[in-house]
Amino acid sequence: MNILPELQPTLADLTERFGGRIEAVHVPRPNEVYFHAQMELVPGFCAQLYKKWNARLVSLFADDALAQDGAFHIYYVFALYAAHGFFILRVPVSPEQPKFISLTNALPAANWQEREIQDMFGLKLEGHPNPRRCALHDDWPEVHPLRKDFDLHTVLPPFKGERHKFREVEGEGVFQVPVGPVHAGIIEPGHFLFSVAGEPVLYLQIRLFYTHKGTEKLFENIPVTHGVRLAESISGDSSFAHATAFCHAVERAANVEAPPRARALRTVCLELERIYNHIADIGAIATDVAFVVANAHAMRLKERVLRLNEHLTGNRLLRGMASLGGVRFDWSADQIEAIRQFMTWLRPEFESLVGLISDSSSTRDRLETTGILKPETARDLGVVGIAGRASGFDHDVRRDFPHAAYEGLNFVVPVYEEGDVLHRMQVRIDEVHAALSIIEQVLARMPDSPTRVSVPTLPANRIALGYVEGWRGGILHWIRTAENGRLARCKIKDPSLQNWPALSEAILGNIIPDFPVVNKSFNLSYSGTDR
Amino acid sequence: MFDILLKSLTTGVVTTDYPRTPPQVSRQARGRPEIDFPNWTDARPAVAVCPTGALACADNDGMRNVTLDLGKCTFCGLCAEADPAIRMTNVCELAATRKSALITLAKYEIAPAGTHRKLLDHQPSILNPQPASVEAVGTELKASIGKAFGRSLHIREVDAGSCNGCEVEIVGLNSPVYDIERFGIHFVASPRHADMLLVTGPVSRNMELALRKTYDAMPAPRLVVAVGACGCSGGIFGQNYASLGGVDKVIPVDVYIPGCPPNPHALLHGILTAVGRL
Repeated sequence: MNILPELQPTLADLTERFGGRIEAVHVPRPNEVYFHAQMELVPGFCAQLYKKWNARLVSLFADDALAQDGAFHIYYVFALYAAHGFFILRVPVSPEQPKFISLTNALPAANWQEREIQDMFGLKLEGHPNPRRCALHDDWPEVHPLRKDFDLHTVLPPFKGERHKFREVEGEGVFQVPVGPVHAGIIEPGHFLFSVAGEPVLYLQIRLFYTHKGTEKLFENIPVTHGVRLAESISGDSSFAHATAFCHAVERAANVEAPPRARALRTVCLELERIYNHIADIGAIATDVAFVVANAHAMRLKERVLRLNEHLTGNRLLRGMASLGGVRFDWSADQIEAIRQFMTWLRPEFESLVGLISDSSSTRDRLETTGILKPETARDLGVVGIAGRASGFDHDVRRDFPHAAYEGLNFVVPVYEEGDVLHRMQVRIDEVHAALSIIEQVLARMPDSPTRVSVPTLPANRIALGYVEGWRGGILHWIRTAENGRLARCKIKDPSLQNWPALSEAILGNIIPDFPVVNKSFNLSYSGTDR
Repeated sequence: MFDILLKSLTTGVVTTDYPRTPPQVSRQARGRPEIDFPNWTDARPAVAVCPTGALACADNDGMRNVTLDLGKCTFCGLCAEADPAIRMTNVCELAATRKSALITLAKYEIAPAGTHRKLLDHQPSILNPQPASVEAVGTELKASIGKAFGRSLHIREVDAGSCNGCEVEIVGLNSPVYDIERFGIHFVASPRHADMLLVTGPVSRNMELALRKTYDAMPAPRLVVAVGACGCSGGIFGQNYASLGGVDKVIPVDVYIPGCPPNPHALLHGILTAVGRL
């Protein structure tokens, strides 16, 4: 397979530098390049990609390949946004010496993902600054659920409820404030431990994975077609984006492309998902600084988007629409007209909502310079999506890795350097405008074609990466097929997983009463992280 | 300040009249599936495409028992796509006080090829109360809440491992469109202040203890409402090493609200159903 020309210089540099230590280069698709090597190459190879080529570590995961290769594999997925391709390093870990080198000190973005591998596969981390459990809580027995010898339906001994030991923060006048996992609002569960001196936060420890429900393991136990429905439940507010990322991965593995009309419909659905979530977040940010009227209007608009979703797909969260090889439902001329009318209605309504907020100086005062995430920190942590763009990272999977019908569309990717709550909100405002324009462009040249092509049953051991710019940021699904039309592995990467540690940084020096608004300005998915 | 008032005035009232008027759902919406049992020739193709096992069948001795469990159904409509005997309605008011009331049973005599020869028995689900009586529940509401809890009902919501889809819709109850506070119902921050626990998610192993503790912290009398396919049965996640498979595996449940996720009308219907029972 030919490699994308833009990726050639990086490939040449890596081959020159690491030569024979790269055992094989495998290019299943022009923008997806695999390098096979041994563990000792990992630090140097990753540093070269990150420092010289400005590639970002976007996913890090393991795969139990004992049956065919006698080893576990660890995959380091780097996105080269400017060159529009993914470079993926694969290294084996032998079951006799189940350990791997930590990259966290050099590349903090690896932190949680490495610890998750340690928990789920029982591969021991070496050189990690905080190698404690992460995905499986402290009371779990020594099990490694993503190993092939672990059965999905294993009944584990009852929960004993051992207490997690947080890091101590000591000093005169230092208090610890624990919050969660059950929160005061209607939100997902997670635990936050604040260490404060007076009002300012000195340190925030975030403990997640409360909603871990064995999703990745479950993917290995169901037919691929059912996987589409399961993907819709990875993160409910991103149902369509996750399901589409999953379909994209399967389609790429099968070398099938969804027909043009299906890609256009996917694009409209992805943008509708972005619009309703962004509007809800803008309202929620206003609520968290006590501007409740703005939220009431935002919720009114959100409700109308959900009703349009229902009219177009039969479900308010766009569930049931995604399908392998395209989409399930075509839209009639009436339905397309309903979208047009809705957009005509929404535009001034949204303008008016934004005006309400921007005209309120007291709201602006609370949002400006609150919860700053510095561009350098964002870069080290590999922060993507809204938070990444508000902290200077100019990227967008829709523009840099065109999927669905984004190729050739004209839209602006908002990028700011300030990194505060105000600018995370501004990114959302800009993106709603862009989304409206994208939908308009798609409707203006709606292609005529079937909305679905059949996807053949895949042979074993095909691998593929599917990607979508969800409203939070880039979503990646990586699959390896098994016999009998099932999957041997489905790695789900929600952008939240690598954005959460950034919240701990953004809140430093802010006061606890500002935490809700800072948290909301990130609005990360717990379920997408915990899976 | 004047602008804010002006905007509110020009916007006017957006709140639904539900339950006095029927739910405002699109004709395209997928709600309760309807099966033409007498003319159903074969359950197996639809069973094969059901992602949650909501539609299931078991053959034994020339007989086939078919179950349709709304507590497991995600209303994806794949069964209706595979089988012309199944049709998706847009009926969303499906809450029931007993889990068994969500289940429709049918028994067929089958031919050697596995097709249906004769419908022997058919027990439709007995949803309680029927949609027609919801209005009555609404009017009785004030009285029953008054009796048990003074003038208001306080709800604590717990996400016990949900995907956040149910939360997207529950948040909508506080919007001006559904405005749950018009019934004197409030969402509160602490279980100590709550009369009702609204629980979503299949109950992940990591949330089991937190859910139990939250329930224990509530004063009696208390109600528990399980929300969504996951809350009712584990939904698409079912039961596995990390998922317990439904709220009633951990605490007693008074009302089950099917849906994936249930829309705000369905949620209101379920909450009103729970209160009507008091």
